[in-house]
Amino acid sequence: MGSNTKWKLACQVEDVPSDGGACVSFGEEQIAIFNFSRRGEWYATENRCPHKQQMALSRGMTGSAGEQCEPKVACPFHKKTFSLLTGDCLSGEEYKIRTYPVMVKEGKVYICV
Amino acid sequence: MSTSNKPVVVVVGNGMVGHKFCEKLMAASDGFQIVVFGEEPRPAYDRVHLSEYFNGKTASDLSLSMAGWFDAERDIVLHMGDPVREIDRTERVVHSRKGIVQPYDFLVLATGSAAFVPDIPGVEKQGVFVYRTIEDLDLIKAYAKQARHGAVMGGGLLGLEAAKALLDLGIPYAHVIEFASRLMPRQIDSAGSHILETRLAKLGLQIHLNKSTLAVEGEGKISRLRFADDTILDLDMLVISAGIRPRDELARLAGLQVGTRGGILVNEKMQTSDPRIFALGECALVAGMIYGLVAPGYEMADVAASQLAGGHKTFTGFDMSTKLKLIGVDVASFGDAFVSEPDSRTIVFEDRHKGVYKRINITNDGTRLLGGILIGDAAAYNMLLQTVNNRLPLPPDPEDLVLGSRGGAAAGASVMDLPEEALICSCESVTKAAICHAVTEKGVETIDNMKKCTKAGTGCGGCVPLVKDLISGTLKANGRYIRNVICEHFDQSRQELLHLVKLHSVKTFDEVLGRWGKGDGCEVCKPAVASILASCWNDNIQEQAVIQDSNDRYLANIQKGGTYSVVPRIPGGEITPEKLIVLGKVAKKYNLYTKITGGQRIDLFGAHVNDLPDIWEELIAAGFESGHAYGKALRTVKSCVGSTWCRFGLHDSVSFAIEVEERYRGIRAPHKIKGGVSGCIRECAEAQSKDFGIIATEKGWNLYVCGNGGSKPQHAQLLATDIDQATVIRLLDRFLMFYIQTADPLTRTATWLNKMDGGMTYLKNVVVEDSLGMGAQWEAEMQALVDSYKCEWKEVVENPALRQRFVHFVNAPRKKDPSVTFDTMRGQIKAKEW
Repeated sequence: MGSNTKWKLACQVEDVPSDGGACVSFGEEQIAIFNFSRRGEWYATENRCPHKQQMALSRGMTGSAGEQCEPKVACPFHKKTFSLLTGDCLSGEEYKIRTYPVMVKEGKVYICV
Repeated sequence: MSTSNKPVVVVVGNGMVGHKFCEKLMAASDGFQIVVFGEEPRPAYDRVHLSEYFNGKTASDLSLSMAGWFDAERDIVLHMGDPVREIDRTERVVHSRKGIVQPYDFLVLATGSAAFVPDIPGVEKQGVFVYRTIEDLDLIKAYAKQARHGAVMGGGLLGLEAAKALLDLGIPYAHVIEFASRLMPRQIDSAGSHILETRLAKLGLQIHLNKSTLAVEGEGKISRLRFADDTILDLDMLVISAGIRPRDELARLAGLQVGTRGGILVNEKMQTSDPRIFALGECALVAGMIYGLVAPGYEMADVAASQLAGGHKTFTGFDMSTKLKLIGVDVASFGDAFVSEPDSRTIVFEDRHKGVYKRINITNDGTRLLGGILIGDAAAYNMLLQTVNNRLPLPPDPEDLVLGSRGGAAAGASVMDLPEEALICSCESVTKAAICHAVTEKGVETIDNMKKCTKAGTGCGGCVPLVKDLISGTLKANGRYIRNVICEHFDQSRQELLHLVKLHSVKTFDEVLGRWGKGDGCEVCKPAVASILASCWNDNIQEQAVIQDSNDRYLANIQKGGTYSVVPRIPGGEITPEKLIVLGKVAKKYNLYTKITGGQRIDLFGAHVNDLPDIWEELIAAGFESGHAYGKALRTVKSCVGSTWCRFGLHDSVSFAIEVEERYRGIRAPHKIKGGVSGCIRECAEAQSKDFGIIATEKGWNLYVCGNGGSKPQHAQLLATDIDQATVIRLLDRFLMFYIQTADPLTRTATWLNKMDGGMTYLKNVVVEDSLGMGAQWEAEMQALVDSYKCEWKEVVENPALRQRFVHFVNAPRKKDPSVTFDTMRGQIKAKEW
């Protein structure tokens, strides 16, 4: 990340369950934050699933796809899956979600929207 | 507009075919600048599935993808709501209505067709519509609100689609009027039409055949139709779907050759009489034919794109075989559907009881299939079509093709017998060879990846079952043992994994994944393993909340809009007035929509996730417990009122239903489980449609298993007769444990039985005769689950740490999701449409 990016506090580390997600209120936005603790990685995406515009991705199950173990989340509504790296839909449709950089420092989770 | 030097291709018309042409041309070459003019105000949409607009799809759901069209290197411009009104062939420019003058090097006419409106006096009256565009549908939708009697003129394919739309719009009296003596005269014969008429009549459509309309009557707006046979039909609205008329006005004006009955004349390269101008789709007349379906239009688009890009594809006619679901009834017609004696022999199967009609036409020597018609059951369509197209040999008894093989090997050819060049996906022109190649050379093993790799199955989707069979057939042929594994992260079936979990006393997903899996798991294996762990150990599923499906994670059912529904257990459907009052009070306090469910319970909808623990606290205080409506677990045991009140009742079905429901409550299984207990043979509890059904007899109870409602209803089958209550429980313990331990994920008991080698006979042997010697162990395992039952919601309500999880925003726990809004209907809230 460049030094001029603006990190903003999103939540505490313990707010997000291990290998699961949680939603934070961020101004007008709803951001889904995922604690991929199996791999020590964090991801942030928009909370809205583009398929039916439901605010639900943070309640989805995380996992990985393929040999490269691409991290992903499945929307709880109709199980459309999205890459947490690129935001691309992995279930063969042309949806895309926004992803955001995450930084974890001293027990706090910061994102850059 | 771009100022590149690339030759300019102007496309007139932005329907499905025009859209496909752009897609094909861009794929074939980036050496063109494309300019599209469309008459409608929106980009191309899926007209084939137009009637879905009436059951909730939005205009944007139907729009066709333009992903990648506007990337930097592409050279394409779209003018929406601006039709071309003149072509100047000398200057090679087109003039649009808004005044754009656009030069072209090549011109492609994809102007499509308009609805054909017969010349009947009065068709201009209010309340008469055509069925063609989203705008037409909006008009119909608005007018239908005040209509009770509606009719469609035209019993062809599109007419019946329009009739479905009338039903979907809630028109109480819907009619279909057809001039010919049968429905779908181009696709099916009279006998097939009879069966179709009967099935449609059951759905509430009144069919009128042999009706020639003389006049549309009414003062300003339609009030009735008058027919040539001196009959009348009172109507509030009429939708005309009597065929199509090619939109060739522009071509006529420009002096291009057109057919005597309409249509722009083209050659096999799709060129019109001016070689720089092409015509495609429903406006084109090729070899004397107007093709009114989308697949041949796509083929023409491909041909024209190939010609422009320097290729040599030509259009040599198109197979008009078709399969569709009309108002829920399968209708298919393939090859030469009408050929009959003496040119061929016909085999007909007709089942008026189930509403199934199948006809195949075979050569006189009985070696080849020529074509046929399928109504009511078109499962065999894909294979039969392939058998015609590839001239595959018929089995010794060709009737097996329509009747199914009676004993012995499967009838007909298998997908793997098809020749390499067999066309599997006709929308995207994908051959068997291309699909097998993708499997063998590119490692494609799933239908999703196949769609990405070859586009097969992305059009109408009709070939998807065939593509799946080809994938697994090719994998098998390559020596790959197709194991029934859970997902990419586990090489075990659910049954194998369950045994491993039990044997090694593994309690967490992470340990299961660490020992036997790879990667990080996914939305398939996580809930499957969660179900296995719950079936083995019965620990509170909240201990591993993130591996549960959303419903299990929040112990409630997620609904449209992101709110949840709450279903307390009401065992056997019996409830005291005091408890009913509590449900009413809670629903009022939290503004919940209330509805009685199919399982004799009360569902409270529209709860914010933040409110769930408070709602449950109140319900539990009043003596309720979780109903597990969110879980793959026992739902309800439905009961009739039984001998306590009913004058026919033989035994007390309510008490027994409560006992059974309370015994198996909370037990996790591969899928949901429903039960029923009826107090006599009248079967008011509908127990035979449940996973287990118990019906009173003079001497005791009959036990039925593996029934199912849902999309493929199946009656439960008799497992044991005239047994006492203790025996019912013992057999149920065994049956349920056998199911829980051996079924695949998300498989109901009915499907589990259907896949079981030996079927019901085997199941009876295992459960009743204890042929595997597992009876005692299963009974003990079930008893352990019964003894360890706890209400999950009670544990959450009493545990502040667990309660804390029920928030929408972790950084603002009291704030509710502001995106949740409701409509109202009949005095209650209703989720907003999506």
